[in-house]
Order: sequence, then C-alpha cells, then structure tokens
Amino acid sequence: MSSWLGFELRVALRFLREGRMQTLLIIVGVAAGVAVIAYISALISGLQSSTLTKTLGAQAHITMRSPDDVVTPAALDDPGTTTLTETQPRAQRLRSVANWQALVPLLENMPAIAGVSPTVSGAGLALRGEATQAIALTGVELDRYDRVVGLRSKVISGTARLSPGEAIIGHELAVDLGVRAGDRMTIQTGTVSDSVRVTALVDLGVRELNRRTVIVPLRSAQNLLGLPGGATSLDITVRDVWTAQSLTLDMRRQFPYKIESWQESNAQLVSALNAQSVSTALIRGVVLVVVVLGIASVLVVSVVQKRREIGILRAMGTTRGQILRIFLLQGAVVGALGSLLGILLAVAMIWLFTTFVRGSDGLPLFNIGLQLATALQVASIATICGVLAAIAPARRAAAMDPAQAIRI
Amino acid sequence: MNQAEGDRALIEISEVRKTYNAGLPNEAEILHGLALRVDRGEFVALIGPSGSGKSTLLNIIGLLERMTSGSYRLQGEEMNGLDDAELTLRRRTSLGFVFQFHHLLPAFTALENVTMPALMSEGRVSDKQLAHARELLAAVGLTNAMDKRPSELSGGMQQRVAIARALVQQPPLVLADEPTGNLDTASSDEVFAQMRRMHAERGISFVVVTHDPRLAARCDRLVELIDGRIARDEPTRLSPAL
Repeated sequence: MSSWLGFELRVALRFLREGRMQTLLIIVGVAAGVAVIAYISALISGLQSSTLTKTLGAQAHITMRSPDDVVTPAALDDPGTTTLTETQPRAQRLRSVANWQALVPLLENMPAIAGVSPTVSGAGLALRGEATQAIALTGVELDRYDRVVGLRSKVISGTARLSPGEAIIGHELAVDLGVRAGDRMTIQTGTVSDSVRVTALVDLGVRELNRRTVIVPLRSAQNLLGLPGGATSLDITVRDVWTAQSLTLDMRRQFPYKIESWQESNAQLVSALNAQSVSTALIRGVVLVVVVLGIASVLVVSVVQKRREIGILRAMGTTRGQILRIFLLQGAVVGALGSLLGILLAVAMIWLFTTFVRGSDGLPLFNIGLQLATALQVASIATICGVLAAIAPARRAAAMDPAQAIRI
Repeated sequence: MNQAEGDRALIEISEVRKTYNAGLPNEAEILHGLALRVDRGEFVALIGPSGSGKSTLLNIIGLLERMTSGSYRLQGEEMNGLDDAELTLRRRTSLGFVFQFHHLLPAFTALENVTMPALMSEGRVSDKQLAHARELLAAVGLTNAMDKRPSELSGGMQQRVAIARALVQQPPLVLADEPTGNLDTASSDEVFAQMRRMHAERGISFVVVTHDPRLAARCDRLVELIDGRIARDEPTRLSPAL
C-alpha cells in the first residue's frame, strides 16, 4: 500500500466496512440522488435538443431582411412645442435585401457562420384541378438552402431537385392537392402563374409548414413574386445555435438591415427552455443538498459511535489532521461509490425510457443519452459533496479530547 | 541533581496541580502540587482510593491531559507549554498505553492492532515491523490469535494484545490504567506476568495504576495517592516473581 494516506485510507475503509449497513444505506442514498440528477440532466438535455432540432429544423438561425418601410414626418417639431399627429403605418411590400449578392460571400467568410442562403418568399396559391390551397412560396438555391435547413434529410418521397419548373412541397399540401412526386401543379401569385413538377415531398416537422410550403428555384420565385434579381431575406445558419443572439447583435452594429435571431423569433420557446433549465438546476441543487445532508448525518452518527476508537487512536499518537482526513475520506469514498452506482442506475433508467416510452407512431419520443462528460461531472460533484458533507463531522472528531473519549 | 541522575530520570514532575472547572462554582482541585520522579527501568505501582487523582495523574503523565500548573519533564524535556501536535508526537514516540477496558480497535485483527502505530507513523507497515509485531504477539502467547478480531478474544487475550501494541514502538515508558481491573484472577496474573517479563527483557519502564494490592505488591515501587497528594512512596517488599 502506498504510504500517502495509507493509514487514513485503511482506517476509513475499515470504519465503513464495520458499519456496513449504515454505509450501504448511505451509498444507496447517494446513488439514488446521483441517478436522479444524471437522469434528469439527460432527459432535459434530450428534450431541449429535440425541441430545438424540431424548431430550428425548418428555419434559419439568423434572418437578414431589408428594413421596414416607415413614414417619416414631414418636418421636425420646433423645440419646446409638441404637435399631436396620427400617422398611418405603411403596408410592407416585398422588398429585396440591397446588395445581397455582395453580402453572401462576406457573411460566408465569418467563422461563426456555417451557411447563407438567399431566399425569396411570398404568398401564393397552389392549384390542381378543383383544389386550391394558400401557400407560402419560397425560392431558394437548393444546395445553399440545404446547408441552412438540411432540406434533403427531410425528404420523405421523391428526390430533392430544383431545376427550372420544379418544386418541392410539404407532404400535407401534397395530400390536400392530391399530388405525388412527379405530378404537376400550378402556382399562382397575383396575376402571374406557373406550372411546376413536384420532385419531392418533405416533412418539415410542423404540420402548418407541411400544409403551406412550396419551394421553387430562386429565379422562379423572383419571377412569380415580381422581384427580379432580388432576395427578400438572407437565411443564415451558425455553427453553435446558442451564439446566434450575440452574433445578431454584432451584425446589427455592422449592417443596416433588419436582422433577427431564432431566439427573438421564438421568444416563448426560449423562455420555456430557460424555465426548464432553471427548474432542472433547482432540482439538481435540492437533490445535492439532500445527498450532502444524508452523508453528513450518517458521519455525525459514526463519529459519536466511534468516540472510543478516536480516543484510542489519539492516545496512540494519531494527529488531529489524520483523524480529520479519516472522516473526510469516508465522505469521499461514500460519495464516489454512490456516484458510480448512481451513474449505472441512471443508464438503466435511460434505457428503460428509450425502450418502453414510445410515441403514438411507435418510435421513441426523443433520443436521450448520458454523455460521458455529464456522467463524470455529476460523479465528481457528488464526490466533492461527499467530502464537503464530511467536513463538520470530521472537525468534530478531530477536536475530540482523547482522555474523555477513552473514558466513554 | 547531577548529570548522571538527570539522565536516569524518565519522568520528573514537580508542583503539578490540576483544577477542573477553574473559576466556576464547582471548581475542584484534584492534584495539589504533586512531585514525582520515575527513573528508567522502574516498575511503579500507583495506588489509592477512587477519586484520589490516580487516573488524572496518569493522563497528565501520558500527555492526554494538561496540568493546570507545575512542571513535567519527560526524558529531560519540559512538556508544559508544548502544543497539541507536539504532545501527540511525544505520545507516539515515547509512550505506550494499556487501558482497563482493553481499548483495542474492534474493526482490526490482533496483528493489525499491534501494527497500527507503525501504520500511523509511516502510512505503511514494513516486513520488519510486521515481523516485530508477530514476535511480540508470540511473546505474549498469542501466536494462534493474530488474525482474530478483539471480539473473538477473551478479556485476558485482549489485554495481552494491548500490551503488545503498547510495546511495538519500543517506547521508554508504558502507562497502564488498571490493566487487570476487568479480568479474573488467573487472567490478571497472566497479564501482569507478561508486563513484568517485558519490563525485565526490554528494560521498559512501567507506571501501573491498580486497585489490586496483590499486584501492586509485585511492583518495584509503590506510590500511594490520597486526596491528590502523595501519601506514600516506597519500594515494595515482595518479590515481583509470581
């Protein structure tokens, strides 16, 4: 045995072994706490990741548009006077982002940005036979758009292709119009209409999007929406979704456009995710406190039970520091063993969740898994908590008067 | 006192007072200015009625309690004024203890109890130390009980383990607080004989608190405490041989 902490470790382990029922109970208690923390962390992380994937799966992380049209007052008020006026807000027309062709390479060179897609969007109608459906028409360059929203991965029928005269549509719209991949349909916007062949049906993860979306080549949309050579927005995807907001603020300082992050366009979702994170942190905190109190209470009892042994050891020449370390080590050992067991328990709970909890389609609700980093973090925190919990009992043991302890 | 006498002295106590609850209404002075000297190689019996201050004096000699005032020199070094860490170190290196209720560590075997001081000092037990502990246990007649826990041993056997443990670091002084107080006569005789043998073979000094006049008479010197004062200090008349 190594001489470093050899005495303390040996006595600590033997004390724990001697009170094996107490030790077992507290290890199980720590394990339960660690399992709850690890499982909830994995569950919430999986849930948030799934929610984000679904939400951001069909939208850009940052959208850049031309500024809104506003009515400018004819003349400024004289200083010291106030004029009451009523201004009718202007109706917003489709406008192109100025100089978007120059902006795209500029944005693509920014290290935080993973992809930029110029987009033309507007409203229209899809017609086939007697069926007419209101649609959201989107014109894109397929490869760029795929980098932003991963369109190809959402194809459920046909092959994603956008040559002139071709379109990709939401699969619910296809049902409403009675079309399949390869069929033709008509798109109408104002007085312009065009016949397109459907090359693929996609599932964008949101029913309303699946019922309205029609994606056509950029140039076709420019023609249909009367915006030749224009792009109503630049859709941007970033490497880390959580940096979108700060990047948006930076970009607002650099570019005179209307720039919006996904957090701003999904403020309620972000609030919900934040509330979820805070709740998870609270639960983790409370469970950790319970774990600490559990370990501390068992060690306090252990110190009382071991008074005579502590007295003997002190009489034999054990220093206060050694006594302190014996009890700190007991806390650490209980914390570490409880953590190990707790992580195994959490893995079992996650397996049970993914195996037996299924949606109406028979598939798992969402994927959850315990990351090694999370497991190590939880285990380390629980072990540290074990040591912290042992501080008060250990100090009490170290402060014990050997002459009195022996008399007991 | 000349140099030779000073070198021979193991314990020199003078004007030692011990007061409990000082300054409180229930203040009680237990030792009233005691003076005592124990030389190397002596086997001293400390006797007296209950409450006479024997255990308090033994605790002060054993550095488990601090005196209220006075002087205590152990191996020529003044103990009064040393801090807790220094006293702990002196206990580890200079003193061995044998208590009335055996006071072995129940979670450890007899051999582990005996090697505990070595483990405590160095964090490990060397082969040499292990062999020494085995030899000591064999010397007190426990060859076949080395791997037994204290709960598996009789009272006399436990006390012999305690003697082996007290001697394992080869301290100059062993303090025994009623080491046979909890044993039957046969076991008492056996334990006492072991102590005498260790004293004779290894030259270790013993200070033994006992209520048993039969055993006290087998020590070399008798110190009687009454009401916190030394009432008698004289050589015993009986031979230590059983």
